[in-house]
Amino acid sequence: MMRTEVVITIAAMAAATFFTRFASPAMLGGSDISPRLKRFLKHVPTAILTALIAPALFAPQGYIELSTGNSYLIAGTVAALLAYFRQPPIVTMGGGMVTMLAIRSFAI
Amino acid sequence: MKIQEFSEGVKDTLPIMVGVFPFGLAYGIVAQTMGLTPGETLLMSLLVFAGAAQFISLPMFAEGAGLAMIALTALLINLRHLLMGVSLAPYMTGLSLPHKALLSFGMADETYAVTISRAQASGYSGAYHLGSNTAGYVTWAVSTACGILLGSRISDPLSWGLDFAMPATFLALLIPRLTDKINILVCLVAAGVSIIAAVAIPGKWYIIIACLAASAVGGILEGAENDEN
Repeated sequence: MMRTEVVITIAAMAAATFFTRFASPAMLGGSDISPRLKRFLKHVPTAILTALIAPALFAPQGYIELSTGNSYLIAGTVAALLAYFRQPPIVTMGGGMVTMLAIRSFAI
Repeated sequence: MKIQEFSEGVKDTLPIMVGVFPFGLAYGIVAQTMGLTPGETLLMSLLVFAGAAQFISLPMFAEGAGLAMIALTALLINLRHLLMGVSLAPYMTGLSLPHKALLSFGMADETYAVTISRAQASGYSGAYHLGSNTAGYVTWAVSTACGILLGSRISDPLSWGLDFAMPATFLALLIPRLTDKINILVCLVAAGVSIIAAVAIPGKWYIIIACLAASAVGGILEGAENDEN
């Protein structure tokens, strides 16, 4: 069952989201990108990945939490170490998740 | 279509999907409690395919917010895709516009991260990109459907600490990138700026602010290094 006005709103959300995804590839060609912009773009992936991770680990509740009570930071450190020692992604994530679940089940 | 590259894209994305699944589950569950019907809940995952925007729309639907308000919020939350698109665009210039549109539709944080890592490491492939997107899209649709079916029979999966799966997956993609001084500095700047901005500014602006600041630092440092050589 679907209500018409909800479906139309969802379609508008979809259009807005698609615009943000398609605008750059649709308008940018390879030749009109200057070397300066290229050097900037090279670092976008690292910057975005970090920005997606860092607040989730250091400020999971919306304020900065640098303590052993911050389970996200502890589990994140374990995952980061596993990744640093070149473990495959599934081991990195598994190790982090096991640490997180262990902290949750023993501490609470 | 290059089947092998497509399946490599799927294979490289699936581990990351372990982190996405609980979010899809949670979305499916929460959407029901906020008053969306199962059909509307699934339709949104199929058409919008953007976790953060979908989650934030739920209380807005519940409060009876209007179409313009909800769509504008989705636009603002997803503005970070513009930056991701700019960084992928140079690799996609050889594709036709319909292909670009199809691949752009499936660009989420995770599929972008997997695809750009591959493009920078060993070259871009449209088939690989499509494989990554497909894995992401199917996971999001299936996890939403599971959340709808489970409904209120299970408690919010994110409260078990499963929301940690997301940063854990991104760590697995980020750490191998930190191979030289500039990359490490970009990471440190992005970390500092994003944490401060996330605490100080509401919404998802911290991603865009940190990305612009850290990428600019990286670009300037690299430019300075090139001049020396």
